[in-house]
Amino acid sequence: MERIVYRELKSTPQVWGMLALLAGFIGAAAASVLYVEHHGHIVTGMTNQIVWGLPHVFAIFLIVAASGALNVSSIGSVFGKTAYKPVARLSSLLAMALLMGGLAVLVLDLGRPDRLIVAMTKYNFRSIFAWNVLLYTGFLAVVGVYLYAQMARGVHSFALRTAGTVAFLWRLALTTGTGSIFGWLVARPGYDAAIMAPMFIAMSFAFGLAFFLIVMTWTCRMTTRVFSPELRTRQARLLGVFVAVVVYFTIIQHLSNIYVAEHTGYERFILLEGGLYTWLFWGAQIGLGSIVPMILLFHPKLDTKFGYVILAALLVVLGGFAQLYVIIVGGQAYPMDMFPGLEVSSSFYDGVVSQYSPSIYEWALGIGGVALTLFVTGLGMKFLRILPDNLTDENIDPSTLAG
Amino acid sequence: MKLPMLNTKKVDPVDIGRRQFLRSGAAAVTVTLAPGVTIMAYGGAAAAGANPATRWGLLIDVNKCASDCNACVTACSTENGWEDTGNPETDPQWIRKIDLHNPETGLDQSLPMMCQHCEDPPCVDVCPTGASFKRPDGIVLVDKHTCIGCRYCIMACPYKARSFVHAPLTGQKAHAPRGQGTVESCTMCVHRVDEGGQPACVEACGTTGNGAMLFGNLNDPESEIAQRLATYASSAVRADLNLNPGVRYTNL
Repeated sequence: MERIVYRELKSTPQVWGMLALLAGFIGAAAASVLYVEHHGHIVTGMTNQIVWGLPHVFAIFLIVAASGALNVSSIGSVFGKTAYKPVARLSSLLAMALLMGGLAVLVLDLGRPDRLIVAMTKYNFRSIFAWNVLLYTGFLAVVGVYLYAQMARGVHSFALRTAGTVAFLWRLALTTGTGSIFGWLVARPGYDAAIMAPMFIAMSFAFGLAFFLIVMTWTCRMTTRVFSPELRTRQARLLGVFVAVVVYFTIIQHLSNIYVAEHTGYERFILLEGGLYTWLFWGAQIGLGSIVPMILLFHPKLDTKFGYVILAALLVVLGGFAQLYVIIVGGQAYPMDMFPGLEVSSSFYDGVVSQYSPSIYEWALGIGGVALTLFVTGLGMKFLRILPDNLTDENIDPSTLAG
Repeated sequence: MKLPMLNTKKVDPVDIGRRQFLRSGAAAVTVTLAPGVTIMAYGGAAAAGANPATRWGLLIDVNKCASDCNACVTACSTENGWEDTGNPETDPQWIRKIDLHNPETGLDQSLPMMCQHCEDPPCVDVCPTGASFKRPDGIVLVDKHTCIGCRYCIMACPYKARSFVHAPLTGQKAHAPRGQGTVESCTMCVHRVDEGGQPACVEACGTTGNGAMLFGNLNDPESEIAQRLATYASSAVRADLNLNPGVRYTNL
């Protein structure tokens, strides 16, 4: 068993080409932001009915995945599975990069992105949004310290474990805060549910690990480095468990709503009659995003099926986007029931299902956020010793993989 | 269903902080919204004088409100400078008419819906910067200088009473400042109220409409609105949320 060696990515045309491609997407997002900032949100698909659209789906996906991506680190240093330590640095870096990407999309979609300083200096502590500003920025600081502790020489294991524990607890708080953005909205039938917080934590476990596996395997393939099939398979099985937990929370979320007469209309909309939202729920979130990945990830021959892991992780990400689209956009599309039992109509779309078709500017901004995440991660791997160079099955500690 | 008390006044630390803020000279801040147009912000000197013993409110008699009458909406639009630009999905509507049909009984009704000026407004709770705020006299407003345009308040409002300004603005009224990229809603014509007047919608409903709207101080037992509320049954929309709105409806 050799000692794990971490090396920066070599300056190959592939690495620079990838960074240049990502920079192109970031540039497109920047241009889109300037255009929307100048002309107003009227050029987007968002309206007074669907006030949060595709940018919020991207932003919240990235923010939720950020805390989940940190789990690989936590498993190593908080829960003592040292076999995961060789990939812990990438986990921490990716967590920070995902949060940066998500936050960038969120703040650049503000009606007044130029007033970011107001959001940083004026706090209404009754708002979970205000708490999230602190939780998000604090996450970057806490994980930054954790990453430093992981990379610096001579850091005592107790200090590393402490930093890891703080980061782990912080990420739980962060995702609770993100889920509560919706959980604490009493007005709309699709929200107003305490289960949002734990469900978002489960979602973060799945989305974050899926994103991690994609980045890890992709980078190793591009740079011809080894990614221990044993470790990869373990992580893939864990992803299967996380997906199952998300499905469990999703079932409870909908069953609870169906039980309450005032929410059955909303459930009928999402589960049966919602058109796109119903297709996204059953087809993308449950079918392609949950059941198919579980079949792949629990396949008995998974250790030899590299493609299964990648395909499953990609499908989990797809399902995650679909789930957030249904929650965020579907939750607004269904009309608020101000007058139960009465049919309502107005010039302001009361009582009707609202339509939403995202514009190219929203797509550009959202994809730009993903590109920023990958760009920051790539840059980090290029200039820091993040990625192990000899992560073979022989060089990981198999005794800590069990359990 | 038991309606929450109209005149319960909780003074929480947020309100105390606001009052101190409003009393301070900083409240009388002016801002340039557009080149050459400098206006006094909401929460300026007039708001500093908002009387915490007062709770402004509206009482709407739904039986008098006709489906084909839009006088309140037109008056609000003219008074505050928001208008139909032909983009119904993104145009702001500070007040709108809602037609109701009871499929069980066949009864048709119509009513105006606007910011309900809740005692416990969800929009104020969720606003990250405190731009959504409630004056001591119960009027809920948006501070256009600190609104960052996150739209969380629109998500939180159970009455769909708020609009986001999607496009550049022209022809603003000096007494009703607006801003592209910020959120806005009914101000209960605070500029009129602070000068002893009544909201434009109420005035128009009385002159060209059907006299369905009544404005007054809910906390003054001698006021006509308080006396009518004490005499006739009234209801709050979404009373289940216990937000204690300042806008009440009779015959709904």
